[in-house]
Amino acid sequence: MTLTAYALRRIAAILIILAVLSLLVFGLLALMPGDPALTLLGPKASTPEALAAVRERFGLNDPFLTQYARWVGNAVRGDFGESIYSGDAVTTLIADRVGVTAWLAVYALVLTVLVAVPLGLAAGTRTGSRTDRAATAVSLITLSAPTFAVGFLLIYVFAVKLDLFPSFGAGDGFFDTLWHMTLPAVTLAAGQTAVLLRQTRAATMDVAERDFVTFARARAISSGRIRQRYLLRNASLPVLTSAGLLLAYGLTGAVLVENVFALQGLGTLLVRSVAQLDLPVVQGLAMFTALLVLLTNLVVDLLYFALDPRLRRAAVAS
Amino acid sequence: MTAAVQPAAVADPARRVRWGWLFWAAVGVVALSVLAALTVRWIAPYEPSAQNLVDSGQGPSGQHWLGTDQLGRDIFSRLLAGARTGLIGPLVVAIGAGFIGTALGLWTGYAGGAVDSVVMRTIDLMYAVPPLLVAIVVVGLFGGGYWLAVGVLIVLSAPGDVRIVRAAVMAQRELPYVAAARTVGVGPLRIAVRHVLPNVTPTVVANVLLQFVVGLIALSGLAFLGLGVEAGSPDWGLMVAENRGILDLNPWAVIGPAVCISLLAIAVTVIGDRVYEVLSQRTAAR
Repeated sequence: MTLTAYALRRIAAILIILAVLSLLVFGLLALMPGDPALTLLGPKASTPEALAAVRERFGLNDPFLTQYARWVGNAVRGDFGESIYSGDAVTTLIADRVGVTAWLAVYALVLTVLVAVPLGLAAGTRTGSRTDRAATAVSLITLSAPTFAVGFLLIYVFAVKLDLFPSFGAGDGFFDTLWHMTLPAVTLAAGQTAVLLRQTRAATMDVAERDFVTFARARAISSGRIRQRYLLRNASLPVLTSAGLLLAYGLTGAVLVENVFALQGLGTLLVRSVAQLDLPVVQGLAMFTALLVLLTNLVVDLLYFALDPRLRRAAVAS
Repeated sequence: MTAAVQPAAVADPARRVRWGWLFWAAVGVVALSVLAALTVRWIAPYEPSAQNLVDSGQGPSGQHWLGTDQLGRDIFSRLLAGARTGLIGPLVVAIGAGFIGTALGLWTGYAGGAVDSVVMRTIDLMYAVPPLLVAIVVVGLFGGGYWLAVGVLIVLSAPGDVRIVRAAVMAQRELPYVAAARTVGVGPLRIAVRHVLPNVTPTVVANVLLQFVVGLIALSGLAFLGLGVEAGSPDWGLMVAENRGILDLNPWAVIGPAVCISLLAIAVTVIGDRVYEVLSQRTAAR
């Protein structure tokens, strides 16, 4: 199977998953308790005439599958309808807020990788050492403590007591944003670091016991070079998988982090839309999230080929 | 999130398994939480929902050990009462998901074939969407309370259990004792339940404990977002959200519940890690 064929097959699988998900997401409207027209009409006055107008406008009198086909037809063209609350297009709402969430997720991932990978390598090559035990203990704590609890602890120490960082808002311009986003990113990174650290440690331990590492040591290759060229390269696949999942799932953590730090990102948009029963926005966000998760996984799987020449040769040979 | 699933060390019969002080400290934390949940009615210095607007938003004092919230409710009493929703929901999530996961994992892992494919593809689909997001949407839109949140989390947590139990069962299936049981005419259900299940028990138990932690974090996260538990009820996650505005007046109103959730979660994780190590050593030693 060539690389292109593999990629095409994966994209086909993604499309199938998206199709099934879209049915579930659209089914939400039908499953909601009460009259969908009343839900769609939202907080505005619901006179019988208004209800009839809403039914007419959204085609609620049509059979379910006709409605679904129309929704999918629009969604494929990038039209997820309008917010029933503000009247803005769902795509505009998402586009306005995706920047903040992306900033947060990428910043947090950079912090996570910078801390977890070197520490995981060190812990994995010397299991049982002081570094290893400290890393395991810290990862146990940050893995178990909930994101929002960590967030408020950080706010209390660094914003209220020490007054070093702002406790809310996203800031303007690169350096101001960096400053504003530091506490949120550290909060998000805390839990992620634990996951990536454990994966890196386990992967390194696995590689460190192989014969070629012992042989490399026997050839008096420096430990730094062994770490970079032998351990990191061979341990990189599970680490990459884990990092990809973290980026995709970063959106989940972002819901809580954005809420703690009052950031106007996708997470706060989701919580607000759910509270307002703003269904078109929720549906749009759900599809957007799923697409993001699936695409991240695809990119990670394709990166395997870039990282591992053995996989590349196998792909070309067969 | 994955548990630290390390290969079981080969048991040395001469050396008895030690639980270690950390394990007992963790058991102590859980025991204190259970005690608080059971006896809060008698030991709480104040009625957890009693308001006292004169003493609102105070820091710690002799009267109110951890101060009060905006409505003058005693934080210490509310922390004690918070142990109830902090324990019962996650417990139901862990046991429910553990039961479904173990049953499906045994079935798919041992039987394989079409059942396996259908269940595993469904699970793949569920992995495409982050579980907490699904919980937020479902609980929020359907306006459900605490128990709907618990139910949703059971459904969302079960796939992880299925995967882990299935993998453990598939490893066991190839071992000689299963073939031996089959040869002497033991039925598949009996083999799965009586022969395979006891051997994957360490995995199952460790996983149920891990699911408790996941359930606790998810339920308190939902409560923090105002979903699940009823407004005004003493729940740790909800308390963090309610008192976030008075972080400068009485930090304990926010830090207290945050620490409670974290401590309980860390304690149960520690117990899960140790139980897995010790049980798998014992199973290996048999």
